[in-house]
Amino acid sequence: MAKKLDLINGCIDMTHGAGGKSMHQLIEELFLGSFQNEYLHQQNDQAVVPAISGRLVVSTDSHVVSPIFFPGGDIGSLSIYGTINDVAVSGAEPLYLSASFILEEGFPLSELKKIVNSMKKAQELTGVPVITGDTKVVEKGKGDGIFITTTGVGVIENPRIQVSVSRVKPGDEILVSGYMGDHGIAVLSKRQNLDFETSIESDSAPLHELIREIIREVPDVHCMRDPTRGGLAATLNEIAHAARVGMMIEESAIPIRTEVAAACELLGIDPLNVANEGKLVVFCAPEHAKRVLEIMQAHSLGRNAASIGTVREDRDTLVEVRSNLGGRRVLYWLAGEQLPRIC
Amino acid sequence: MCLAVPAKIVEFIEGQKAKVSVGGVQKVISVSLVDDLKLGDFVLVHVGHALSKVDLEEAQKTLELFAEVFQSELFEEGLK
Amino acid sequence: MSSIPFIDEFRDKTKILQTLEILRRTVDPSAEYHFMEFCGGHTHVIFRYGLQDLLPFNLHLIHGPGCPVCVLPRGRIDSAIQLTRDYPGVVLCTYADLMRVPGSEGLSLIKVKAQGADVRMVYSPDDALRIAQQNPNKKVVFLGIGFETTAPATAFVIQEAQRLGVDNFFVYCMHLLTPSAIQSILDLPEVSQQGAVKLDGFIGPGHVSSVIGTLPYEQFAEQYKKPVVVTGFLPLDMLQAWVLLVREVNALRCDPNKQVGVQNQYTRIVSREGNLKAQQLVDRVFEPRAVFEWRGLGQVPGSGYQIREEFAAHDAEKNFQIRVLSTGDHPACACSAIIRGLKTPLDCKLFAKVCTPDNPIGSCMVSSEGTCAAYYSYRKG
Repeated sequence: MAKKLDLINGCIDMTHGAGGKSMHQLIEELFLGSFQNEYLHQQNDQAVVPAISGRLVVSTDSHVVSPIFFPGGDIGSLSIYGTINDVAVSGAEPLYLSASFILEEGFPLSELKKIVNSMKKAQELTGVPVITGDTKVVEKGKGDGIFITTTGVGVIENPRIQVSVSRVKPGDEILVSGYMGDHGIAVLSKRQNLDFETSIESDSAPLHELIREIIREVPDVHCMRDPTRGGLAATLNEIAHAARVGMMIEESAIPIRTEVAAACELLGIDPLNVANEGKLVVFCAPEHAKRVLEIMQAHSLGRNAASIGTVREDRDTLVEVRSNLGGRRVLYWLAGEQLPRIC
Repeated sequence: MCLAVPAKIVEFIEGQKAKVSVGGVQKVISVSLVDDLKLGDFVLVHVGHALSKVDLEEAQKTLELFAEVFQSELFEEGLK
Repeated sequence: MSSIPFIDEFRDKTKILQTLEILRRTVDPSAEYHFMEFCGGHTHVIFRYGLQDLLPFNLHLIHGPGCPVCVLPRGRIDSAIQLTRDYPGVVLCTYADLMRVPGSEGLSLIKVKAQGADVRMVYSPDDALRIAQQNPNKKVVFLGIGFETTAPATAFVIQEAQRLGVDNFFVYCMHLLTPSAIQSILDLPEVSQQGAVKLDGFIGPGHVSSVIGTLPYEQFAEQYKKPVVVTGFLPLDMLQAWVLLVREVNALRCDPNKQVGVQNQYTRIVSREGNLKAQQLVDRVFEPRAVFEWRGLGQVPGSGYQIREEFAAHDAEKNFQIRVLSTGDHPACACSAIIRGLKTPLDCKLFAKVCTPDNPIGSCMVSSEGTCAAYYSYRKG
């Protein structure tokens, strides 16, 4: 093509998804230009990777966050870290990623460039490359700017590692790696109809190194998960439901920033329902809890880690929260997104 | 309708508005319904409007409402 | 971690435990006490902090109807939904509280939004006015719900709309008045005569009172001999209010001729007269309706606001054909009895089986401060 992509004023148009020269240019100049690795360099339709010894772990996630740029990250970095985390919480070492983009006609190339750069940085930071991908374009009005789906592949070499919800049992201690609700509040603060200012940034971060530290010393960890949409409440309920157990959580033990608590008071939402992106929930045997906590607190992503409760027998699989006053309430699983209230 | 929070006035804005802070979170609200406000005052905010000024002295009195009673009752218990 | 001023101090564990101890010593162990917190926000606080776990066994709570979402008859939701159908292209702005409330046919505003209606959630009526200004080709209707706490903000934007000439902005006014509602409850035969609902006093709505003052409750307190304590929405405030209520009930039981009044525990926010400026604004824009239907209480005289003729240009009821049908509740739904304190959610056949927060049949389950929602989130004994 004679002209290079206009990354300042140009937009995505339907030719970019048509499979022809225009699409090829987009891929070559923008994606391949940024995500430089031997696999993409080969320009095959797929990536052939060396044999892997150990159990293969696969996870996939679609990212549709709005707004696409928010304090502390963007849809690009989120798509990389989010899938790395989903792979890593199984106890696996993340190895490769694939990334597929659905772009809306009219989406500014300048924004796409920013997102691609952000993904490039995320890959460099984590050492986990995007080795194959796909691009499609949909007509204006049929896609919210950009959607990214990333699939991650990892490996568990150590046979002793059996991290699964099925291992959660009564008596297990529940730990979290830090402040709850940062991401959700950061994103909400940029939503047009809510309009409040805060210095809170998304906590979006890759957790695989922290997890590596934990399982190196405590390979017997029962279950790990990174709470995302729906907040801590959703994660605890999912696990309670799947493992057929109940939980008792001490509200005052849950780390929450004052500003996040304040934003929640202002909006009338519960911080436990607010999304996270760089936090870990760990279920382990009580005798390991102290050590896991120490390991987390020694790591930059776990400085504010805390033990927040225990798992117990409960046929109703309820997650209960005890307030600092001693009163209890059930933390139930919301059907949909929590909406601010005025009542 | 009851969800209202106490917020501190950090800046006045033209058009009877003010920027307030709740624990560090800032929002622009209307102060058209409350008169005689100064920077640093606390107001009760509901659906984007200040409804009332928070009286700091009264707040303190409320916090101490039963303190004396409690102290004296403990004292009596101690005497038994 | 720094604290949120005027919030965290009133959640202080030590003070709360001290106040609880005083409450325990103030109740007469051989007596029973029944207090209704009128406002849904208070119900929410009780369940959020698990206060019902901490109160003396003989202090019973009756959760009142003060949830403006819960008491809107289904017909009102239906009429709002119908508006989006009769006037496609209209932008409906609403507080989030109303989004999931079920109307008839299993519909709700969030569902019609999914079907393509332009329904937008706003935090403040000023946001709705702004949407109207930014979209001069569209008609924007704001659903004005809530009690006297919220009415001033609605009055403000109506006045602004007129001043700025925002001709495409309308308000569907469904604001409610609390004193009339409290009066209706006190007049219920179950309360006044039959004694089916024992009621010894009220926890009064603190934020409504920040606008209307404590004066409006004085007549009920004396006329019906039911003490009222106006309080705030933090645990310490409510516990102090219960102490004050118990004291007054004890005194009243000793001397039934004693004068009964309204006590103001929320003095940092509430005064006897209230916010006169806000009251004047409300009076300028609104006038009381002759009657307004409340779920559970039927037609209550003087309990709702309508927009004055002077502002008719912004009155949705004058500019759109709005049909409010008096549709009853689902036959097995006990919301109306629950709102009156006649039944608890546990008495309702649908509670927690068919009617859940995910699939609410009645509005007491949808609203986060509805009695049913509160009970649901506190099912463990």
